[in-house]
Amino acid sequence: MTLVLSALILWAAAWWLNVRLANGPTAHTPATKLLVPVIFGLTLLIMWELIVRGLNVPLVILPAPSLIAARFAQSLPILWADFVQTFVKGALSGYAIGCAAAFVTAILIDRSDFLRRGLMPVGSFVAALPIVGTAPILVMWYGFDWQSKAAVVVVMVFFPMLVNITAGLQETTQMQRDQMQTWAATYWQGLWKLRLPAAMPFVFNGLKISSTLALIGAIVAEFFGSPIVGMGFRISTSVGQLALDMVWAEIVVAAIAGSVFYGVVALIERWVTFWHPSQRR
Amino acid sequence: MRSVVPVLAVVAVILAIWYLACLPMNIHTALTNAERAGVAVQPEGAAERRDRSGIGLALTNPGQWADTWAQDKPRLPAPHQVLAELWDTTAMKKVTSKRSLVFHGWITLSATLLGFAIGTGMGIVLAIGIVHSRAMDMSVMPWAIASQTIPILAIAPMIIVVLNSVGVQGLLPKAIISAYLSFFPVVVGMVKGLRSPDAMQFDLLRTYNASRGQTFAKLRLPASVPYLFASLKVGIAASLVGAIVGELPTGAVRGLGARLLTGSYYGQTIQIWSALFATAVLAAVLVALIAGAERMTLKRMGLGR
Repeated sequence: MTLVLSALILWAAAWWLNVRLANGPTAHTPATKLLVPVIFGLTLLIMWELIVRGLNVPLVILPAPSLIAARFAQSLPILWADFVQTFVKGALSGYAIGCAAAFVTAILIDRSDFLRRGLMPVGSFVAALPIVGTAPILVMWYGFDWQSKAAVVVVMVFFPMLVNITAGLQETTQMQRDQMQTWAATYWQGLWKLRLPAAMPFVFNGLKISSTLALIGAIVAEFFGSPIVGMGFRISTSVGQLALDMVWAEIVVAAIAGSVFYGVVALIERWVTFWHPSQRR
Repeated sequence: MRSVVPVLAVVAVILAIWYLACLPMNIHTALTNAERAGVAVQPEGAAERRDRSGIGLALTNPGQWADTWAQDKPRLPAPHQVLAELWDTTAMKKVTSKRSLVFHGWITLSATLLGFAIGTGMGIVLAIGIVHSRAMDMSVMPWAIASQTIPILAIAPMIIVVLNSVGVQGLLPKAIISAYLSFFPVVVGMVKGLRSPDAMQFDLLRTYNASRGQTFAKLRLPASVPYLFASLKVGIAASLVGAIVGELPTGAVRGLGARLLTGSYYGQTIQIWSALFATAVLAAVLVALIAGAERMTLKRMGLGR
């Protein structure tokens, strides 16, 4: 009971501290902006630990963070193998193939107004569908190994990317295109020097959306059949064995992989589209 | 309206490619069946054909093309087979039958809608808290944004099994996953929307001596509606995915996700494809409903086009 009580006291103290920090004179400094969410996150984590211990919550319902951390540290080789299988082989390769295919398709249909008007509504329609559902079909076609996961990821990222790139290629104004024309620029010069750079904010928007989709696709596809390695496989079998500390360790891996992936794409975006208003500071 | 012809053309091309793709995908089985029935095929013997490419086999055996579009368990079912199965399992079966897609669709839809309602409601409440409390904004918002980059769907099996072990079964666990997935888009969109009025408008209300509640009801809330609808469209699609994935880990007895899973266990490809199309139709209808509500609401508010 004392543990639960101290959890509540800790919550009140941390909240009071955060209110002071947020409304204090230093609220607009970068340090405070970083400190406040960190305090909040740490408080939640410590409360979780204290309450789970205080109420003796069984392991099969919710393991304490310390147990998850211990499991994480113990099973690094397993987690690494799962990460390589699901993220590097499945998600990353599928992401690269899907984005490249969408890019090529977008350039191909760019010259034909008819194709664009036909494909765009179809593309946006398909992009809104629950494409994870194709996972069982693709697992059946390409087998249990990472190829089928990459195929699911390709299908999942293709349409959001296609829609974004095509929208981006429409982004230049008539005036800018006329300017290229007065310089006697060919189609490819106009594309390379004007329209592709102008499309980059849209392209990166698509790349960021797809980075999340890629990891989801690779993990969910493993629920439909996989070799005995992989994050989705580990999650579903560990759930079956009620080894929830392993499941949580796997989720920590997924969270780290997902946010680092997104962060890398966002960094490249800042570097490529430094001229865009949203990147100014 | 001027897009109708191009869209129809694209759909027709997709259907044509689909029918053509059935040839190499299903030709191996078609030839084996034909050989068993005593028809001469090129080359003879299943072992002989195993390593040949589907395209080559399809070209040398034009007589077997019809069979590639009419198999029981094809690798790739033809469009008309999927449509026939869809018609058969929706219109021809009683809705209470376990083989009816309407029955399974309703199971998934009810979980989706319940989850969507919970997620949206909580998302709006949290967004209101965030715009009114600086401390909450600074503590919660970075986590809400960061959590969108995390594959939340990965925890779906755990939620189902854990709730199952505490005795919660049926609709609620799936709804919780749906709620979780639709929650964050709504929070992020709603916070943006509640903040969207510019400083001049807030100043005007201050000159009227409006209270916080009045500012909220008369300025912030109406201004947030377009943003809310944009997030709702994302949220409902995410909810549906959540409900479907939530049906997978329990061994999947009922629901569209269960149809996908049992289909993949027993190689019933036509069943998988028809379930897939049912989810597509469901998603399209849900998004269209919200888009319709959006148009009507914005029109009433004088924002419509």
